[in-house]
Amino acid sequence: MIDPVFLAEAAVNGLLLGGVLALLALGLNLIFGVLDIVWIAYVDLVMVCMYVVYFLVMVYGWPVWLAGLAGLAAGAVIGVAVHWLIITPILTSPPVNQLLATGGLLFFVQSFATFLWTTDHRSVRISLPSLEVAGMFLSFARLLAFALAILAMLGLYLFLTRTFIGTAIRAVAQDRGAMALMGASPQRIYTVTSAVGGAMAGAAAVLLSIQYSVHPHFGAAFGPITFMICVLGGLGNMVGAFLAAFILSEIISVGGVIWSTEMGYVIAFALFIVMMFVRPGGLLARRER
Amino acid sequence: MPRALALAALAGVAVAPFVPMGGMRQYVLHVIIQIFIWSFIGQAWSLMGRFGLVSLGHGAFLGVGAYTTTLLWNAYGLTPWLGVLVAVALAVGLALVVAYPCSRFGIVGHYFGLVTLAVGEVVRLLIIAERDWTGGSLGLTLRAPETAASLFAVQYADKRVFYYVALAAWLGGLWVWHRLDRSMARSAMEAIGEDETAAASVGIHVTRFKLGITALSAALTAFGGVLYAQYITYVNPETLAGIGVSLRIVFAVVLGGMYSLLGPTVGTAITIALAEYLRVVFGLRFIGMAETIYGLLLVLFIIFLPAGIWGSLRHALRRRRRGEAAAAA
Repeated sequence: MIDPVFLAEAAVNGLLLGGVLALLALGLNLIFGVLDIVWIAYVDLVMVCMYVVYFLVMVYGWPVWLAGLAGLAAGAVIGVAVHWLIITPILTSPPVNQLLATGGLLFFVQSFATFLWTTDHRSVRISLPSLEVAGMFLSFARLLAFALAILAMLGLYLFLTRTFIGTAIRAVAQDRGAMALMGASPQRIYTVTSAVGGAMAGAAAVLLSIQYSVHPHFGAAFGPITFMICVLGGLGNMVGAFLAAFILSEIISVGGVIWSTEMGYVIAFALFIVMMFVRPGGLLARRER
Repeated sequence: MPRALALAALAGVAVAPFVPMGGMRQYVLHVIIQIFIWSFIGQAWSLMGRFGLVSLGHGAFLGVGAYTTTLLWNAYGLTPWLGVLVAVALAVGLALVVAYPCSRFGIVGHYFGLVTLAVGEVVRLLIIAERDWTGGSLGLTLRAPETAASLFAVQYADKRVFYYVALAAWLGGLWVWHRLDRSMARSAMEAIGEDETAAASVGIHVTRFKLGITALSAALTAFGGVLYAQYITYVNPETLAGIGVSLRIVFAVVLGGMYSLLGPTVGTAITIALAEYLRVVFGLRFIGMAETIYGLLLVLFIIFLPAGIWGSLRHALRRRRRGEAAAAA
């Protein structure tokens, strides 16, 4: 029998992981909702931002908060670059080709990172204490990441609902044809969306790099789960993705303690597959048929 | 003329193992065998892919196939001749379990891709999680038979045997592709790919056709997995299941062109030849460089040659021929 304290600790850790996963998924989901394209390489771009943070902190000795901001900016720049270089030419191609083009990017980023930085695991060494609450040991880094993730998501929410361009982004997500008729340029909104999505990737990268070490296959470790969260929540549905992130992260974390990490993932993926059949539109979708 | 050319090419391929190549023979044969096996798997994938059923989880069927025969042989000494039947049956079973609800609940496009991707990952993670008898991420070596050439174990030290086996499989795959291309099922599947509701309204049994094509594709893929495992005599979850190998299959096919008979072969041959070439050129000096160029080329190809290399080439040739015919008339 497993000590209930371990289970409780796993549950809390799952909750904390969920915050960061939710942030990861929200960026991808925003891009999907607006452009109707899945960036298969999304988490690999996060990996690149993590390297940016790592090098700025460990090699150039920048303070962590400044490197974090730089990581955020790097994410936005990468987002725009991906949009201009890869997405724009294939905006009207069949969805398969769009998936595959960003999949090719995945290979490129992953192998180029291997080439440049080898497969060493690198971590940003900032020593943060761990807290003891009711017999559970909680890492302060995770708590901090969780809090910042929630803040970032709140920021995204305010941006989308309270600013003019945010409103425009939501309008395009609803009906891109009608937006063009209103005289708005979808191209510009796509670029802004990609920048914001990229910045979310950068933000997630900063928060991930204070608790995980970065290596070229980081994207492969977190990529699939991020897509599952987006789809489970309903592609383009922010609240759904938020909820799905916590459900899946709890399964992974608690399942990992009871069985093994892999089994936790297996159960999470199996749940995803089943949920796709039961609620194909996402957790919060109203059934249309 | 094209027929004579094809026959000549085939004759060349058939005698290739006996061409004197000095010390290079083993290596050249190894590369060609890989091309045959992965082309076969690519063809199997394209049976679904060409009709819009883009699976990102064919690694699941590869893994199920390869691990089934390997585990049965290692643990119970069951000959792969029987093991392959079990492997194919299991792969088809898995395919139906996934494809039936997908078809019933209308899961297509992105969603189909992501569901299959999850299936591939589930198989990979299960193999890793059950490390006590699957060897986990370290993989598993096939138990070697007593002799260097064993029909019972389907293991041969001489590469020429597998060369002909792989060649036969590849030709068989081409034949299946061709048969399907000429059948009613093709028209039905194309109609379904275009518009499911419209297809159903003219009396096409959507679910039956989709399940049929998925089962066929899964069966062939599992067979390819078994073949690969028997040839390499080593199985590993990363090379035979999960997102990596699944995407690799898809890329090779898309690169060559998934709508033409030889597309998967051309794509696979180019990717494998390129990888080998870059590996030889860069060696151990620049690890990752080969894959970097490969990834970059993929992106460029998908942007500039969406019909694939072979597909675009055929279009161009046909257009030129038509132009010449018009000029003569």
